[in-house]
Amino acid sequence: VGQVVLPGDLLLLPAHYDEDAEGERLRLSAGTAPQGRLLCGPGLRRSGAGLLVTKCGLLRHRPGGGGAYWVDSQQKRYVPVKGDHVIGIVTAKAGDVFRLDVGGSEPASLSYLAFEGATKRNRPNVQVGDLIYGQFVVANKDMEPEMVCIDSSGKSSGMGIIGQDGFLFKVSLGLIRKLLAPKCEIIQELSQLYPFELVLGMNGRIWVKAKTVQQTLIIVNILEACEYMTAEQRKQALAKLSGN
Amino acid sequence: QVWQIRLDMHLLNHDGNITDAASIAGIVALCHFRRPDVSVQGEEVTVYTPEERDPVPLSIHHMPICVSFAFFHQGTYLLVDPTEREERVMDGLLVIAMNKHHEICTIQSSGVVMLLQDQILRCSKITAVKVAEITELIQKALENDQKARKEGGKFGFAESIPNQRITAFKMESAAVDTNNVEEQAGEIIAKADPPSEVFASPVVHTPGTAQIGEGVESSWGDLEESEKEEAAEEEGESEAAAFECEKVETEDTSTLKETKNEPIVLSDSEEEEVVILEPQELPRKTR
Repeated sequence: VGQVVLPGDLLLLPAHYDEDAEGERLRLSAGTAPQGRLLCGPGLRRSGAGLLVTKCGLLRHRPGGGGAYWVDSQQKRYVPVKGDHVIGIVTAKAGDVFRLDVGGSEPASLSYLAFEGATKRNRPNVQVGDLIYGQFVVANKDMEPEMVCIDSSGKSSGMGIIGQDGFLFKVSLGLIRKLLAPKCEIIQELSQLYPFELVLGMNGRIWVKAKTVQQTLIIVNILEACEYMTAEQRKQALAKLSGN
Repeated sequence: QVWQIRLDMHLLNHDGNITDAASIAGIVALCHFRRPDVSVQGEEVTVYTPEERDPVPLSIHHMPICVSFAFFHQGTYLLVDPTEREERVMDGLLVIAMNKHHEICTIQSSGVVMLLQDQILRCSKITAVKVAEITELIQKALENDQKARKEGGKFGFAESIPNQRITAFKMESAAVDTNNVEEQAGEIIAKADPPSEVFASPVVHTPGTAQIGEGVESSWGDLEESEKEEAAEEEGESEAAAFECEKVETEDTSTLKETKNEPIVLSDSEEEEVVILEPQELPRKTR
């Protein structure tokens, strides 16, 4: 755990330690057999005795609730996953359904009834080119992905059409996950700079809106550069900006 | 003879204008490719393996290169080679493919902008200039690669990736063209050893092999002699020099300096065959 793994590596589950005589395969956490069900996260696949790695990255483990393993990998290309909250761009209106570009291989479909308080009479005001923040209800490799802007209880909980102005740009998926982590330093430091609105989509898209265009662009540049800056460099850059 | 050639292009990353980049990549790949040599005698066809006969290049008559133009505000503004963001907001796109003989191979116009005739003529003039310089770059790169292969220097995809790692030990690297060093080495040193011999020397851990000649623990200040030696070593494996702390003729050339700083930490100078996954350090087999 915490090591770099490459596709093709086979990870042994603790229950099968005895069978492996050569020790070629990597071992998961040296501990007792996990209680309950072990969750196999992104980048891993079940294969026979153990888990097969399908992406290169760092192996992570979460001990809570039966344990979960996944591979922390970096990529720019998004693959729709059920339950992900993403930002989509409306490309077409086809009858009762909007087609959204979410950065995947296919456009996603969004029914006009999938908004809070929408009825057949009361249609949402969505134009081509609008930005929508929603989540996937159907997302697998065999079907076209489908999105909704309400959650299971019918409330919008922040989803829906994103307002006018603002700036949409694309970053890598790893940066989004970092920004979405609880108590993310980057967001806290930025919020001390200027007040701004921020929408993060798991498909690598970020929408920012600040009071003036210049402030918006500054935030955009910092977020893009955060990918490659260390914490000190970032603090320096922000200190320079807030000093001005 | 009829050959069937297939060109696959994998897009790893982009910031707009994939058409231009892909066209350059495609034509360079085709120019660089070598196919097996064939001889036909009546009914009998013999295909020679690369070991038997040198592979033969394809016969490329010309090199068409695409250049893209993005239009904004109904043709008022024109941008050559748009980036990703410019592509997303442009009104129209004009792609012109031309070769260095100023022959237009392709024109494609898309989007909602209507163009005037003199605009298209202006674009084609810009294309001619761009294509000329891109073609020259391609020729130079192909020549360099051919020379590097012949003289046993470093070549290949990994070599051409600039070293841009984000590490605490990152140093400013001066771009050193290995090929020039080889030429210099050929001129300067009379006792320049052929690459295969230099290959053998790193295996020996005792300092002061005949080719290197230093034999001292550290020769940090020794610039003149070490220059020659490392120049000779450049033809072989420069990373092998990094592994040897004793043969420290590596200070001068900054590429070697780079390899020295980081891998010294990782490798215990015991295994030159260890492939450290940094671009310039893939072990290079001299042919």
